[in-house]
Amino acid sequence: MSRPQPRASGYFRTGYAQDLALVETRLQRTSLAVLVVALLGFPLVASPFGLDLACQVFLAAIGALALMLLTGFAGQISLGHAGLLAAGAYTTGIMFKEWAAPFWLTLPASALAGALLGIVFGLPSLRLRGLYLAVSTLALHFVVIYLGGEYETRRGLSTGITIDPPRIGGYELVNGRLWYLVLFAFAAAALLICLNLLRSRSGRAWSAIRSRETVAEALGIHVAAYKLLAFVISSALTAVAGSLFAYYRGFVSVEAFSLFLTIQYVSMIIIGGMGSLLGALLGAAFVTLFPYLIEAALAALPGAQGRAGDLAAVNQAAFGIVMVLFLAFEPLGLTGIWRRMQSYFLLWPFKHRPLSGGGR
Amino acid sequence: MQLIVNIVVLAAIYALIACGYVLIYRVSRVLNLAHGELMMLGAYLLLTTASLFAHHPAAAIAAALVLSLAVGILVYVFLMRRMTGEMVLAAVLTTIALGILLRGLVVLVWSAQQQYPGQALALANPPIDVLGGARISTFSAVLVVATVVVYAALFAFLRFGRWGMRMRAAGQSPLLAAQRGINLHAVYALAWGLSTLTGSLAGMLIALDSGLSGTMVTIGLKAFPAALVGGLDSLAGALLGSLIVAAAEVLLIHYVDPLLADVVPFLVLIAMLSVRPWGLFGTREELDRV
Repeated sequence: MSRPQPRASGYFRTGYAQDLALVETRLQRTSLAVLVVALLGFPLVASPFGLDLACQVFLAAIGALALMLLTGFAGQISLGHAGLLAAGAYTTGIMFKEWAAPFWLTLPASALAGALLGIVFGLPSLRLRGLYLAVSTLALHFVVIYLGGEYETRRGLSTGITIDPPRIGGYELVNGRLWYLVLFAFAAAALLICLNLLRSRSGRAWSAIRSRETVAEALGIHVAAYKLLAFVISSALTAVAGSLFAYYRGFVSVEAFSLFLTIQYVSMIIIGGMGSLLGALLGAAFVTLFPYLIEAALAALPGAQGRAGDLAAVNQAAFGIVMVLFLAFEPLGLTGIWRRMQSYFLLWPFKHRPLSGGGR
Repeated sequence: MQLIVNIVVLAAIYALIACGYVLIYRVSRVLNLAHGELMMLGAYLLLTTASLFAHHPAAAIAAALVLSLAVGILVYVFLMRRMTGEMVLAAVLTTIALGILLRGLVVLVWSAQQQYPGQALALANPPIDVLGGARISTFSAVLVVATVVVYAALFAFLRFGRWGMRMRAAGQSPLLAAQRGINLHAVYALAWGLSTLTGSLAGMLIALDSGLSGTMVTIGLKAFPAALVGGLDSLAGALLGSLIVAAAEVLLIHYVDPLLADVVPFLVLIAMLSVRPWGLFGTREELDRV
């Protein structure tokens, strides 16, 4: 997945080290450094509410990256994302409840549970394609949710499982700023994992499978293995996100993992832009912050007090409209808009790339 | 005996909803995941018309049915028409987005409370004794009859009707159908309209029987496995699939665990997908070749 970034001047790679580098030019290095410093400095100035929002965005970003890996790059449609998040959260919740297992044990266990479930979710993909695959993952979502609900009822925890904040080195993770840093680290790690997977053999195999399965097979790619691998990695990442979510909220319950959550994650990768990791991040931020924007907009309207009860409904309706608009008018999502802005400034005062030479 | 009656009623519900999935999929290869929401919208439309024609239940239902037909056609004209020829996934996701939108709108317009259109229309719902000591509520009986009538009408329409033939043609090969002068957009719009109409009919009868709230969407979603088990492009399959799913659901709830209610249809679905993904009567999807 070597997508050439649009560049104003000619930048030529002259060695293998440059080919492998993730950040290549000085501008990229500087902007990355500025971004990291800004993100690290954010908790010093942000209010608790802002911190909470940022944490939610990071959590969503991990899940969205995982889904993007599966759907955007390997081309396997999944409508079972909430089920996988639930699996991670429940693994953590159950391990904590039954054996009071610590953080460093539940997290890998959740990842493992996610990976195993990924095989289950992925098995139908060996036979089914497109629509039917989506449907089978949807069905599995309901099965996972049922199992979670069953556990709650059997143990008499009808309202949900409460989880204590994790302890790292004798230090309890309750502080919002600390959570911010931990989640930031996890999101960054997820991004790095995805980036490196995608520019190696597995990423190329996935994009071949997405383009055309039969050809990929003819080219000697083990289609079944790579499909399952995509499901396993994506599910493991998702389950980790679910586990972190459980710790962050301190609470696990079936209601949090409805079909609507799946739809939210799917819309993240659509709104962000299919087939782009940047899109997953942008989409995660957009979808997470969107309800708060609507809330703020409603509060600014006159006579908003009486309508507070309708907030959830307004949110859903507006969310549906935004999703429809993106699907109909901007299929490339936010990334598409970003790319267009970039090339607008790069090509200015011209409008189009030259037909030969320039872009690809 | 009561179990059998329950199975028949549930099967009728699923079948009446599932034919909507089948109609749209058969004609345009789009899976309409907003069907549950459209069905709920139809039921809420009845609530509105019920306040307009308070003393004429038949008129209220007829008006609501006409409205839901119009809703289906409008959905196609304004939304799904743009998705013709796009990726399958994009079309499916559009229906999902439509579903969310409708869910929000319904709450905004009609509030989230449980409502009873049967009371608004002053219709009583006395139980009827059938043979063997089992009982069935009036509207459930009506629903079973309605399902039979709707399926008979759809079979006749698709088999003998001029537009029915056009729909079958469009489903088999859109390109050839268009070249023979069939107005594809009209056919697709009609399919959406009919699908919403039958779905709404189901929604209204369920609402008359047991009240109306946002949970109706779940019933719509649970009817989808019925359509798929029978084969997504076969009406007869939808009928049989509904019977299978309903039987499995009622029996498992009765003998194993009531909590299973929401998951049984999907378990049946998974079983079917792993054995015969194209369903009992469906046509096998073509393998893709290089």
